[in-house]
Amino acid sequence: MKDFFNAIRHFFEQQFTSSSEGAYDINHLFLQYLILAAVIFAIVAFMVIAGALKYHSKKRQEVPKQVSGHKTLEITWTVLPLIAVTVFFFLTLKVMKKINRPFKKDQKPDIEIIAHQFWWDMRYPKYGIITANELHIPAGEKLLMRIQSADVIHSWWVPDLGRKTDAVPGHINHSWIDADKPGVYKGTCSEYCGAEHAWMRIKVVAQTREDFDKWVEHQKQIPPAPTDSVAREGAKMFQSMTCANCHAIAGTPANAHIGPDLTHVGSRTTILSGMLTNNLENMKRWLTNPQKVKEGAHMPNFMLTKDQVNALSTYLEELK
Amino acid sequence: MNLRIHIPEATEPLPSIRTGNGLLQWISSVDHKQIGIMYLWTAMIFFVIGFVEAMMMRIQLARPENSFLSPEAYNQIFSMHGTTMIFLVLTPIAIGFATYFIPLMIGANEMAFPRLNAFSFWIFLLGGIILYFSYFAGGAPNVGWFSYAPLSEKYYNFTPGVDYWALSILLMGIGTIGAALNFIVTTLTMRAKGMAINQLPLFVWMIFVNAFLILSAFPVLNAGLVMILLDRQLDAHFFTTSTGGSAILWQHVFWVFGHPEVYILALPAFGIVSEVIPVFSRKPIFGYEFIAASSVAIVLLSFGVWAHHMFAVGLGTTFGAFFAATSMLIAVPTGVKIFNWAATMWGGSVHYKTAMLFALALLIDFTIGGLEGVGFAIVPVDWRLTDTYFVVAHIHYVFIGAALTGGFAGAYYWFPKITGRMLSEKLGKWHFWIFFIGFNCTFFVFHFLGMLGMPRRVFTYPDLPYLGSLNMFSTISAGVFGISFVLFFINIFWSLRHGKKAGDNPWQAFTMEWLTTSPPQLKSYEKVPLVKSRRPVWDLDHPEDPDWKRNQKPKTADHDQE
Repeated sequence: MKDFFNAIRHFFEQQFTSSSEGAYDINHLFLQYLILAAVIFAIVAFMVIAGALKYHSKKRQEVPKQVSGHKTLEITWTVLPLIAVTVFFFLTLKVMKKINRPFKKDQKPDIEIIAHQFWWDMRYPKYGIITANELHIPAGEKLLMRIQSADVIHSWWVPDLGRKTDAVPGHINHSWIDADKPGVYKGTCSEYCGAEHAWMRIKVVAQTREDFDKWVEHQKQIPPAPTDSVAREGAKMFQSMTCANCHAIAGTPANAHIGPDLTHVGSRTTILSGMLTNNLENMKRWLTNPQKVKEGAHMPNFMLTKDQVNALSTYLEELK
Repeated sequence: MNLRIHIPEATEPLPSIRTGNGLLQWISSVDHKQIGIMYLWTAMIFFVIGFVEAMMMRIQLARPENSFLSPEAYNQIFSMHGTTMIFLVLTPIAIGFATYFIPLMIGANEMAFPRLNAFSFWIFLLGGIILYFSYFAGGAPNVGWFSYAPLSEKYYNFTPGVDYWALSILLMGIGTIGAALNFIVTTLTMRAKGMAINQLPLFVWMIFVNAFLILSAFPVLNAGLVMILLDRQLDAHFFTTSTGGSAILWQHVFWVFGHPEVYILALPAFGIVSEVIPVFSRKPIFGYEFIAASSVAIVLLSFGVWAHHMFAVGLGTTFGAFFAATSMLIAVPTGVKIFNWAATMWGGSVHYKTAMLFALALLIDFTIGGLEGVGFAIVPVDWRLTDTYFVVAHIHYVFIGAALTGGFAGAYYWFPKITGRMLSEKLGKWHFWIFFIGFNCTFFVFHFLGMLGMPRRVFTYPDLPYLGSLNMFSTISAGVFGISFVLFFINIFWSLRHGKKAGDNPWQAFTMEWLTTSPPQLKSYEKVPLVKSRRPVWDLDHPEDPDWKRNQKPKTADHDQE
């Protein structure tokens, strides 16, 4: 129960603390709207409750005076709400224009997001990096995202970092993202996209410029070839079995982009779009029977033996 | 207008399951009262199914990462819940009351097209049965009540669920269109002598304008459904993006229907409370003209607001601005209604009957729902709230807070007329308070869930701060909410046998349906009085102070023309 009240307190705090410029504008407008809504609700609640109590039949003669209207009142409660929504219309225009900052037609996006059924493909065209599900951004900078979909409609949403933008097949969207301070921000796909819509989470890691540059440098590097024998076995299997048909690992012949890019998969904190912590045990669980872990995901069950699972998982976890 | 249609005089007494070949008579009946009752039973039966589905979802969501339902089962259940509640519960409640009471309220003995009336009901019911048959035919629809393409296309969705979904809604749409046609023609041609179009009871007026809304909205949906069936069955490419179709086109087509649909379900409830509040305040409705005209404004505006469901699609600032403006504008006539209903009580003599309590609950809960609607019109705020649990709260505050609450007001108000017996007021008050508290506790926390980042239509959620406790609170409240419906059903079955005898006009109500016996005979009226005002029964009961005399005073000339 205490947790319940904390949640409500947190809800109101959230309106006053924003982690990015885009979210600040939205929260600020939301707060203004909340005040208007509260005032109107209070008026209606007063009219209803006070009216019902004051004119309770016990206190009144059976047949009251038969009044059927009042023109001035009608005009009042038509015009006042009209003025209120007009004000909010102009606020809407202002904030909408501010959040949808213009960009040049041929401007190269900083980040390309391609939504897939139940995972996010994330690319940095300026650096030539491809990663998945965990977006790294430098704090304090405004970045242009190009959002699109590879299959059905999805929606990009990190509540602390601003607006929601749909990823629509056949329709490219642009959206700005920024974070005031370094930190981890959680988000999720918010347009229903099929069986595992619930497990299409987003994680945004905002870093200082230096840390971000370091991360970029690291991601650009080709992961070193595995050294121990189990992982080497896994690397061989990755190329010889069907893995390479869908996944890519830089520095190897595998370069398909149907599933997530696995070049630095070991360096990510979660697997399966935020569903499981990234560790050897979970990777084994997943490879043993993907459909049991994430029912409806597009990775089939390859009926791998225990040794095969072990080798592959060890190899993948070493790709840091 | 003298387009009266001749209906053969009925000689049999009102048939029922107890008399003679009862069940067959119900099935073959074209009597508007029986058809109305069948609509209401349909609504109640499907409500039980829809509510069980809702409870299964609430159990699954009670704890983070719960495994009560599989993702696929959950996705089918939420799709069926939405489709059932909208098309098979709220729609037949509205149409059922309208079918039963429109002829009675305008002093007619039958609908304009009795056979069309029966056809509308049965094709509608067939649609409902086909929807549920999908469970046995390979899987229920699993793409939500608006089946966004391309997820609903064959490539991503190879069970026949969506085909059954489209087919069933197509049939229900045909039934609804038939009913709407019937309402329009009945209202236009079969009014009692003297009843001018601006003297219609507000319930009839709302159904009348609503029928035009149905006639314009449902054909669009049906066209869209045919398109998706063509896509799925004959490999057409309307909405398959990979072969040149447009995913956004489906959204336009669906919401051009989908948004008016909200008003299609809300307006009948508005009509019911426009009857209930004045009767239990012993006063005429405040601002009849304004309530009537604001309904027309809502009908017209509702066709220009659909794309506020699509603000996150990325269709540009100008596009957003237009639909923001219209969506905000539609709040104004809706507000006018709320203020007029509340003002009706002022200076009246308010009787706290269960029907009245439900009407007042509508004013409170629908105000919340309506104000949320304004929030969704503010585009940047919509970018935050849309597709989250906030929108789930909104849809329930509109559909339960207005449509279902209004339906209960109607049930308590008209049950005596339909059955001849009163519903128990004592059980009714328990029903009301548990309903009101249960509803608000279940759904108000959805606002917080949405703001905290919980998207809609997720079969589970990670254990993030607060999500678990808020969801648990909602699930427990939903259980309480469920008890209220049990009480309602007990009340019905108990009162059908043991309820107090109602008499013709137990509420001292004002409109014509209260002139005939409770329940009405197969032929409702032998004769009806000359209608001179909006409250013919008031005029008869209060010969010393009839409405027409009072209204006459300022402009005498006006009355002479009639």
